[in-house]
Amino acid sequence: MEFLQPSSWAEAVEAKAACPGAVPVAGGTDVMVGLNFDRRRPEALLDLTRVPELAAWSEHDGRVRLGAAVTYARVIDELGDRLPGLAMASRTVGSPQIRNRGTVGGNLGAASPAGDAHPALLAADAQVEVESVRGVRVIPVADFYTGVKRNALEPDELIAGIWVTPPRGPQQFAKIGTRNAMVISVAAFGLALHPDRREVGTGIGSAAPTPRRALNAAAFLAGALEDAGLWESRGKLPDPLAREFGERVRGAAAPIDDVRGTASYRLHALAVMARRTLAWAWNDYQKAA
Amino acid sequence: MRITTTVNGEQREVDDVWEGESLLYVLRERMGLPGSKNACEQGECGSCTVMLDGVPVCACLVAAGQAQGREVLTVEGLAEPDALHPVQTAFVDAGAVQCGFCTPGLVVAAADLLRQSPRPSDPEIREALAGNLCRCTGYEKILDAVRLAADRLAGEEVAR
Repeated sequence: MEFLQPSSWAEAVEAKAACPGAVPVAGGTDVMVGLNFDRRRPEALLDLTRVPELAAWSEHDGRVRLGAAVTYARVIDELGDRLPGLAMASRTVGSPQIRNRGTVGGNLGAASPAGDAHPALLAADAQVEVESVRGVRVIPVADFYTGVKRNALEPDELIAGIWVTPPRGPQQFAKIGTRNAMVISVAAFGLALHPDRREVGTGIGSAAPTPRRALNAAAFLAGALEDAGLWESRGKLPDPLAREFGERVRGAAAPIDDVRGTASYRLHALAVMARRTLAWAWNDYQKAA
Repeated sequence: MRITTTVNGEQREVDDVWEGESLLYVLRERMGLPGSKNACEQGECGSCTVMLDGVPVCACLVAAGQAQGREVLTVEGLAEPDALHPVQTAFVDAGAVQCGFCTPGLVVAAADLLRQSPRPSDPEIREALAGNLCRCTGYEKILDAVRLAADRLAGEEVAR
């Protein structure tokens, strides 16, 4: 095995082109587990912890560009105000030790349906910037997940960063697990209300082969809020509306039974989380008036 | 490959490190520092917690090469030559050690907590130690030990 250690982004992209089988590693919270348990023997590791460009975030024209190797701990500390949904999801990742090392780019690279960042990124309509020596591509995050632990990266591409627009409306996140820390989610849900464009963003975790949106539920809720004039009035949210939203989110999922939970439990949990996150978000929306 | 890193204030160099090896393996098997414990090897248990450039991490999830040129502090480096770290003393006095396997990781995590937050609330202590599992389930005494260490450190501050 080789250990490739680029010290700039340009070097990293070149190294990946020269050795497409190299596995990128930043926080190591997924990659090192595979190595420790003999499940993975890549021809090379591509260490990204010395690439300064990846560890920085910046703002451009009102959007945040998060370097792929920014850790969850830094998202929580530095971006809680700008990216509330992603920061909420980040707080539920692993433990302090894991949040100090794990990165949002790593979550996308692993593309596990259970990755905590995904529902928040989906709800916020994030975009993934990937690069190779052939050029840069920007991929809507909903198109980035292509299968169980599979993503849209070509063998010579690396994740450069994630683009997220700081929201004009409330965002919420909920995750079900067996305890409060060190939990791989049994099911998770991210919600964003976009009053500026009268839209709703959703993200489902751990309840389908990939993280996915609940498009029908989102369109239903946005339309119902519009029809009732609630985007302007910020009046009381009717209970049947919240319940119907929950049922439609449930309808968007396609979970399986596994060691962490049954499919039927996940469906039930999703309906409840969707209803609750909507109530929390609506409360935030009313208070922000 | 060769790895050069500063461990507990001392520059250390080891050869023939396998590229896929973890920092934990290097510390325990190549540097003779078995204080950091090897239990789950997947970042779940915290028993290999060390400070890497001042940040608590699971050494089992750090690739050896990632520690090149960095500063590592293990549980062996916490105590002064003539005195245990106050967190270590408090663990002994509070009876927070049963089988002892989780203790080094907990001591490192607790010492970091008290450095950042000298008077932590109970929820803060629980959150800071959420990544350290004690399968003897001795958590109450562990919480007592952290509170005791915080009290003693605050007392020292007052005495100064």
